[in-house]
Amino acid sequence: MQEEPNKYVKELTQEKYKYGFTTDVHTDIIEKGLNEDVVRLISEKKGEPEWLLEFRLKAYRYWLTMEMPTWAHLNIPEIDYQAISYYADPTKKKEGPKSMEEVDPELLKTFNKLGIPLEEQMALSGMAVDAVMDSVSVKTTFKETLMEKGIIFCSMSEAVREHPDLVKKYLGSVVGYRDNFFAALNSAVFSDGSFVYIPKGVRCPMELSTYFRINAANTGQFERTLIVADDDSYVSYLEGCTAPMRDENQLHAAIVEIVVMDRAEVKYSTVQNWYPGDAEGKGGVYNFVTKRGICKGNDSKLSWTQVETGSAITWKYPSCILAGDNSTAEFYSVAVTNNYQQADTGTKMIHLGKNTRSTIVSKGISAGKSQNSYRGLVRVSERADNARNYSQCDSLLLGSKCGAHTFPYMDIHNETAVVEHEATTSKISEDQLFYCNQRGINTEDAIGLIVNGYAKEVINKLPMEFAVEAQKLLSVSLEGSVG
Amino acid sequence: MLEIKDLHANINGKEILKGINLTVKPGEVHAIMGPNGSGKSTLSNVLVGHPAYEVTKGSVTFLGKDLLSLKPEDRSHEGLFLSFQYPVEIPGVSMVNFMRAAVNEQRKYKGLPALTASEFLKLMRQKREIVELDSKLANRSVNEGFSGGEKKRNEIFQMAMLEPKLSILDETDSGLDIDALRIVAEGVNKLKTPETSCIVITHYQRLLDYIKPDIVHVLYKGRIVKTAGPELALELEEKGYDWIKKELGE
Repeated sequence: MQEEPNKYVKELTQEKYKYGFTTDVHTDIIEKGLNEDVVRLISEKKGEPEWLLEFRLKAYRYWLTMEMPTWAHLNIPEIDYQAISYYADPTKKKEGPKSMEEVDPELLKTFNKLGIPLEEQMALSGMAVDAVMDSVSVKTTFKETLMEKGIIFCSMSEAVREHPDLVKKYLGSVVGYRDNFFAALNSAVFSDGSFVYIPKGVRCPMELSTYFRINAANTGQFERTLIVADDDSYVSYLEGCTAPMRDENQLHAAIVEIVVMDRAEVKYSTVQNWYPGDAEGKGGVYNFVTKRGICKGNDSKLSWTQVETGSAITWKYPSCILAGDNSTAEFYSVAVTNNYQQADTGTKMIHLGKNTRSTIVSKGISAGKSQNSYRGLVRVSERADNARNYSQCDSLLLGSKCGAHTFPYMDIHNETAVVEHEATTSKISEDQLFYCNQRGINTEDAIGLIVNGYAKEVINKLPMEFAVEAQKLLSVSLEGSVG
Repeated sequence: MLEIKDLHANINGKEILKGINLTVKPGEVHAIMGPNGSGKSTLSNVLVGHPAYEVTKGSVTFLGKDLLSLKPEDRSHEGLFLSFQYPVEIPGVSMVNFMRAAVNEQRKYKGLPALTASEFLKLMRQKREIVELDSKLANRSVNEGFSGGEKKRNEIFQMAMLEPKLSILDETDSGLDIDALRIVAEGVNKLKTPETSCIVITHYQRLLDYIKPDIVHVLYKGRIVKTAGPELALELEEKGYDWIKKELGE
């Protein structure tokens, strides 16, 4: 029997955004504004090699020639890129902490409050965690255990120092700096993030996980994650995000790149809960993220699962290039918008190899005055014989002031392709809610039940611990959406 | 148990109930009959607190409490149950999760600890037998893809799970074939105790052949115009409602 979602809801009904606290640590923040000197300063603070500085500068110069994209179904207020600080280091030490004793206790308290104990209890939960606050990776747990198997799991800064060849080979290989406006910006100023390398034939024995947190005011977070799964390897990776409640908007523009070699498999799960702004639409994080993986090897598999409940604006399309023959890709998504949140999210499945298969399951939930769009592209190239895609896009509406939109694009160049698309739109009806009320279930709990039932197919794809957290989040995000 | 005094209620500004008076004592079965549009379903919806209806006048006391001041879910927790005429489908929510939430919310209201998964499943198995509900249905989404008869059986199953003090059966016989009718009615009878009461809303005598009423009321144009023993239902079955209209001078 499935863990019923409802018992969590009650305790949470009084809560608003529970991660909205700030941490009082001394933070080394550079001056607001962006120019070549700032790019050089970031690179210098991180002690980077010349080639990486060159990479950043090329990206910066290219970014200057670009304009912010306007094609999304989003209303994005003008962003002053000179009013943001591009680097904030809460560890204030020149190098990252070497052991737990060196980490500021306030920081540890923060991550404990978030439910991410970095101490030895991690051993019990059997999960390795990299915690990134503002621009810097605070602590990576379990590194040594993983190292025994040859698995590299560390912050991006460390990877640049310790494994420069791997980073140089793969950084920007899936998402080039010319890819889009935010990718160029990230490539110029990216601060930290996680790096994962799974060697040939190794099955990663634990979930790898990164928690991102924006703490400092007026900063942007530009992390960069790179995952490489070599032949016959397997890894499951989870990313979680939170931010304090602030009246002003915060910018988050990340890049995730994944490379999957022959017969390897990568599962990437996200529970995104950046601060969504208040009920009047004030504040909140702008989440402009480029995520892409390539199934480079034959018989490789990549699976994206995302639960998106936070952010004032979300612009995000975790995508997959199915280059290897017989490769498989999946995209499972639940996106919730409430109040004045806006989300334009979906995926791209680019079929290049033969006998490639992709599955898209997108569940949008809109409430309040929010706008929720699914945007997806399925492309089958000329030589991708027998490619298959199945897409299912469902929208659930709560109330009558929100919007749900679906923009499926198909671009098929091979006549052996089989592409299916199904879409539904439904509404939680007054009658359904009243039926629950009559059986003794109050309206908020009833919505929690219905929404979790609706999103079950996606939630079930998450690793167990996070499935429970995601269920709670779905209910909390929709609080006060009726009534 | 239930005392309704001079109850008036509107829907969309139109007055449907025009002064209902009704007293139900513990252990009694009341039948409410009447032609279409007389206000039978409105009465049941008002009692369980459907938000579309507005009470403009009158009072309802249920087990000593002012029923109309309670939220719909608390009316349920206090022991009021409605078997819906048209049970709604809730896709994605399994009967198991739905009933577990319902049962545990009621327990919480009464200050009892939640049932564990195994206690709950055991309870479900026991109660399912009362209405011969297939275990496959219990694993499906609430009412989704159920036949008319299965939906009604599922209503009585939920009644068995929640053990209400007063149950309102709103045209539970509609859409049932004779076998389903018997199963549903026998289910209701098995659940009957000397402390629990029932209001049966129906057009037909055939349900009352199984669920024997103590008192029969005729509801007409928003008022109870006639109250008598079980023989009244037989008379209505035989003669229709015209003679009542005549009695009222219409």
